[in-house]
Amino acid sequence: MLTDLLGIPPQVLFGQLMLGLINGAFYAVLSLGLAVIFGLLNIVNFAHGAFYMLGAFATIFITQYLGIGYWGALIVAPLVVGAFGAVIEYFLLRRLTGVDHLYGLLLTFGLALVIEGTFVKMFGASGVPYPVPEQLAGGVNLGFMFLPWYRAWVVVASVAICIATWLLFERTKIGAYLRAGTENPKLLQAFGVNVPLLTTLAYGYGVALAAFAGVLVAPITQVSPLMGSNLIIVVFAVVVIGGMGSIMGAVVTGLAMGVIEGLTRVFWPEASATVIFMVMAIVLVLRPAGLFGKTA
Amino acid sequence: MNSKIGYLVAIALLLVLPFVVYPVFLMKLLCFALFASAFNLILGFGGLLSFGHAAFFGGAGYITGHALKVWGLPTELGILFGALTAGLLGVLIGMLAIRRQGIYFAMITLAMAQMVYFIFVSSDFTGGENGLQGVPRGYALGFIDLQNDLSMYYFVLTIFIVAFAIIARTVHSPFGQVLSAIRDNEDRATSLGYDVDRYKLLAFVLSATFAGLAGGTKTVVFQLASLTDSHWHMSGEVVLMTLLGGLGTIVGPSVGAAIIITLQNYLASGPLGAWVPVVLGLIFVVCVLAFRRGVIGELQAFIRKSF
Amino acid sequence: MSILKKLSLSVSAVAMMASAAAAEISDGIVKIGVLTDMSATYSDVAGQGTVVAAQMAIDEFNGTVAGAPIELVTADHQNKADIAANKAREWGDTQQVDAFAELVTTSVALAVFEVAKQQNKIALVSGAASSPLTSDACIPTGLHWTYNTRALAVGTGSAVVKEGGDTWFFLTADYAFGEALQADVTRVVEAEGGKVLGAAKHPFPASDFSSFVLQAQASGAKVVGLANAGGDTINAIKAANEFGLVAAGQKIAGLLVFLSDVHALGLETAQGLQMTVSFYWDMNDETRAWSQKFFDQTGKMPTGVQAGTYSSVLQYLKAIDATGSDDTDTVLAKMREMPVNDMFATNGILRSDGRMVHDMFLAEVKSPAESTGPWDYLKIVRTIPGEEAYGPLSESNCPTK
Repeated sequence: MLTDLLGIPPQVLFGQLMLGLINGAFYAVLSLGLAVIFGLLNIVNFAHGAFYMLGAFATIFITQYLGIGYWGALIVAPLVVGAFGAVIEYFLLRRLTGVDHLYGLLLTFGLALVIEGTFVKMFGASGVPYPVPEQLAGGVNLGFMFLPWYRAWVVVASVAICIATWLLFERTKIGAYLRAGTENPKLLQAFGVNVPLLTTLAYGYGVALAAFAGVLVAPITQVSPLMGSNLIIVVFAVVVIGGMGSIMGAVVTGLAMGVIEGLTRVFWPEASATVIFMVMAIVLVLRPAGLFGKTA
Repeated sequence: MNSKIGYLVAIALLLVLPFVVYPVFLMKLLCFALFASAFNLILGFGGLLSFGHAAFFGGAGYITGHALKVWGLPTELGILFGALTAGLLGVLIGMLAIRRQGIYFAMITLAMAQMVYFIFVSSDFTGGENGLQGVPRGYALGFIDLQNDLSMYYFVLTIFIVAFAIIARTVHSPFGQVLSAIRDNEDRATSLGYDVDRYKLLAFVLSATFAGLAGGTKTVVFQLASLTDSHWHMSGEVVLMTLLGGLGTIVGPSVGAAIIITLQNYLASGPLGAWVPVVLGLIFVVCVLAFRRGVIGELQAFIRKSF
Repeated sequence: MSILKKLSLSVSAVAMMASAAAAEISDGIVKIGVLTDMSATYSDVAGQGTVVAAQMAIDEFNGTVAGAPIELVTADHQNKADIAANKAREWGDTQQVDAFAELVTTSVALAVFEVAKQQNKIALVSGAASSPLTSDACIPTGLHWTYNTRALAVGTGSAVVKEGGDTWFFLTADYAFGEALQADVTRVVEAEGGKVLGAAKHPFPASDFSSFVLQAQASGAKVVGLANAGGDTINAIKAANEFGLVAAGQKIAGLLVFLSDVHALGLETAQGLQMTVSFYWDMNDETRAWSQKFFDQTGKMPTGVQAGTYSSVLQYLKAIDATGSDDTDTVLAKMREMPVNDMFATNGILRSDGRMVHDMFLAEVKSPAESTGPWDYLKIVRTIPGEEAYGPLSESNCPTK
């Protein structure tokens, strides 16, 4: 077999592919949220990683204080964090209308520092554990690897939320408004649509997606205040590779980058932290607008 | 005329300051003032938000440190070598980044700098997490012992003044004028026949080189180079310094750097120690929302209005 | 001799004695600077808790030693070596700080060593882990108190091999510290007759360890050694549990695990983990009493780094008390002469290379059923004699030993 020739046992290769797909699911949901926000507000949400972290912490608080457990948190946490995002849009980001979009990036960067710094002060840097929900404990032996049920669930849930978002944008009236708002907000306003409200909702939805990813990741890695800050840079690179033009583009690129990263871990482990950045550089040379991007 | 007097007063002040204020602190301040001024070249005058300048600042620090410690180069040459290497890195990253504009430019520079950071983490010559320690300060011009803090201070001050003068001169040169024209209206500049990409790249590389000069000098002052200087937080900090002082003003970035460094130094030993990132973040938010012209920008606007 | 002359002589003698006593304590005050990470990665392991610990040592002297007041100054170095170097230099140059304490993470300790060497001040290292601090990178006035990577490697490595864990696979953080730790443990494992089957280098820091855990599973090694620290260790252990590594019979050996990490992981996940510690709060009446006092002020039980900071400051003050001087060389000589005896160490010896040699402990994390309450996390399995943990002085490459 080819894989044997390369000195890599096939079960390792398949296992890494599978894991790559799981990580890709997180990239997909996060970059999808960035794309939704970018579409209407034209800003890059630097606080996305902080909202992802808030989603994970919200899971812990909800389980502890509301007693509705993981499944309740899966719905409540994105709603709460999304509402928080909407408030931030309404009171802070809105004031930047008409100013260079770079200021939006800087504002969200400042917000990320404030949110993460506050959480470090309150909960310490090493974070808090969160158990895998009982219903999904354990796993199945696929022959080439032991697949924990929870990881399988992550992929299913991520793909489901991505498809739901796609349907929302492509098949509903609100989605049509959102797409129209991306193209020409002034015209949409002239038609009597409340564009500022639409913008607030879009930001809230993008943030809720980040929080959703945060809930999904809570049982997998340590829930810690800085968990989102390094991840977000990788997701930025994913967004540059895919271009922020389309929903599907964001999702497909996210999944693909996860798989590429997984393969790198097998064939060239030292580069696994940088491979996505390398891909980004190559894409920029060959196709500056990104794989799915319209012209920049 | 007025500005000339202002600069002379400032230089006189900087000459006597180390007798009042702790010189090592002043040197740190000068290094960051230079870093922010270099950064301003690309953001304030070129209109391009680079979120990856830590790669040049920190990268030059390592190169200078390595050149002094391992190769035993004279101090001046080591710093110069660090700055030139940063410029070279600027060519590489710049060529990729200027292919996109605005927000994409910011994300690309950030991602490339992160890649550089990861390389530094796992490289041997940087010492990884331990950092490159025990870099000798050496002698200026071959005979002035830089181990003495005062000599070191005047050495750093000289570098700062020369570099600052070059940056200021660049801004007012025809090149600087074209750059500002591109910032204000890229399409118009293109239609006037300027090779926009070449101007942008040149500005980026210049900015990277001076950022490297600042980073190399800092390594000599502290006798160490560490990952801190190439982490993306550092890229964010220099944006904050520039923004707080005043984008596109000549002295603004230095003022911003002075405020931030003083604040950090003051907070670190007080009861607010652990709140440093939060305080910086809040300053960011306030600046962006209510104070976009920065300290110097607001001051200029005030003077213009009053007289 | 006239009376007048006699009188003036005795007056000047008294004056001289008085001035001599005052001159022994430079500028009439003993100042200790705790330089630690209060806001970043190591703020749980060290952080504010080390300030509390240092203050507890000062309180035992009621705030005065050799007739001079003791003052504690603190700063947050944010895990950045340049901030640490800057602060230490400023303290030494302008604020008459006599000793630097805590100094978590090796880059910070190395940077402050440089300053301490130039200013001839004592550096009491507690949080940094690298063995070279008392070997290749040693300075005459640098003391390494709590632990080091060699002791951790010996403690955990040899114990695990002796229990039958003779084949190893490492998950190693891809930077100098991770590689050093892996090399230290490899030496111990091979000396005990074990074998290292391989290692997976992971980026630092990493949040997703699943793929590395998979490689560890594929290796078939009996023991998976974690040559990393902090968040990396925590996430690696979580992933190992999730992918059924432990359930399938492989054992995890954490090489640098703190009580705060166990607290963060929870017993459900961490149970059975073996680790080498310098200190545990629940060892005897003395440690329990001290830790309770610490807990009352911080809401957490102390880590070894925090307890070690207390011990190092206490020994420093004891030496000043005994000699009546805060002169660096005098104090250093006395600190070496007196065995270290307090709630942290029993008959600890301060070696000429700066290493404080004291007993270490192999501990195992309790299962949730064994634990009787909050912070009841560890049981001590074995005491590792100091000489075994830290090796003989001849192993050290310190040129000034």
